[in-house]
Amino acid sequence: MSKVRVLVGTRKGAFVLTSDGKREKWEIAGPHFAGWEIFHVKGSKADPNRIYASQSSGWFGQIIQRSNDGGKTWETPGGESMPKPGEMPKASNKFVYDTTPGTGAPLTTHQWYDGTQHPWEFKRVWRLEPSLADPDAVYAGVEDAAVFKTTDGGRSWSEMPGLRGHGSGPKWQPGAGGMCLHTLILDPANPGRIYIAISAAGAFRTDDGGASWKPINQGLRSQYIPDQTAEVGHCVHHIAMHPSRPNTLYMQKHWDVMRTDDAGDSWREVSGNLPTDFGFVIDVHAHEPETIYVVPIKSDSEHMPLEGKLRVYRSRTGGDEWEPLTKGLPQKDCYVNVLREAMAVDSLDPCGVYFGTTGGQVYASNDAGDNWIAIAEHLPTVLSVEVQTLQ
Amino acid sequence: MSAPGAGGRKKVRVALPAHLRTLAKVDAGEVAVELTGPVTLRSVLEALEDRYPVLRGTIREYGTLQRRAFVRFFACQRDYSLDPPDILLPEQVASGAEPLLIVGAIAGG
Repeated sequence: MSKVRVLVGTRKGAFVLTSDGKREKWEIAGPHFAGWEIFHVKGSKADPNRIYASQSSGWFGQIIQRSNDGGKTWETPGGESMPKPGEMPKASNKFVYDTTPGTGAPLTTHQWYDGTQHPWEFKRVWRLEPSLADPDAVYAGVEDAAVFKTTDGGRSWSEMPGLRGHGSGPKWQPGAGGMCLHTLILDPANPGRIYIAISAAGAFRTDDGGASWKPINQGLRSQYIPDQTAEVGHCVHHIAMHPSRPNTLYMQKHWDVMRTDDAGDSWREVSGNLPTDFGFVIDVHAHEPETIYVVPIKSDSEHMPLEGKLRVYRSRTGGDEWEPLTKGLPQKDCYVNVLREAMAVDSLDPCGVYFGTTGGQVYASNDAGDNWIAIAEHLPTVLSVEVQTLQ
Repeated sequence: MSAPGAGGRKKVRVALPAHLRTLAKVDAGEVAVELTGPVTLRSVLEALEDRYPVLRGTIREYGTLQRRAFVRFFACQRDYSLDPPDILLPEQVASGAEPLLIVGAIAGG
């Protein structure tokens, strides 16, 4: 019997929601790391019981947590209280930009909100993306924007400085949530190819495992920057890919829903008949690469659903033509937001779709979006949702 | 008891905020760390981080070893937050009579 595990990161801890393959009755475990911000929780495809969590606090900084039993118990890899005799303690919390002459990139500046230049400062890990093949290898997307990697299960982290060293950094600027690297997608067909996205710099791609990166923002148009079609500076909110079509990406930009079919070399708008094309989340059906989901949000100054109605929009045509999905979702007096990491799909048939809100609800559909139920209703603000389908 | 600057092994008490106690997996409000040499902010924090490596980076920044912005240090009713790290802590701290208090600053609501 299949089982589904939903990993929820919130402003005040992490929660693990589980159900059988019917996805009708749910159990909630948590909070783990109560009182801490959990920006992202994600399991390894190579070993589903290996889960990583990004735990952070404005007071005490960044912690990496790891579970080896599907989220029941957790440890801080490298933070063991008593290292073995003769062993140097490592520190899973250590994220320091690589500025060494041999391997690193100079710690340059990026553009601050007022247009002045500002030094790179590490704030937190927004995304943890485990390797598709090795449960000990994980990529981390961080604020201020950079990619780090561990190959020892989170005991130590090293920056992949090629991205920050691209040279366009002085034109990158923080979005309202900070200069975060939030999207990190591994190409299942090409181990050297990784896509990332930064608010507000745009999307980038590496084809050589992270040694060098190129901006992939051609076709994006952003009204809030002086050169609306600039190479960098776009506020990309999230990108999703179907693993069977790694050259096709779907993007929810600040405004505009976009699509590329050439691995980001060119994008076209597919907002079509959406009532508003501002939003944060976007995801792809597990079995239908042309079926995509967004949650339209009123505007960049009013982060709430239009007309107080929480509606997921689905396109079965890869964009342009959209239909509202409302059954089971509040259709009046609803003013929550759905943040960029807070939507995911399972791989059962029919495909399950999940999203969390700033009001602490987690909604699930076990029929590809036709009907929804709240599987958690009173959690802290949901920052991220990930799903594991277990056999 | 040893004087603050004198040699010999000393057991210093450190009071941790709740989140760091959870992280370090200690139940009591205080932990005790042993150190030799002068009892300074730096030597106490180094001993604390050696004993509980998970606390590295949570009180002092990696690299710079600067106090994190929202962390404060108090001892014997005095604020040591802005003092240089090599300042000697009071004899009462060095002797274990009083703890070094590590406190999360109240910021925001």
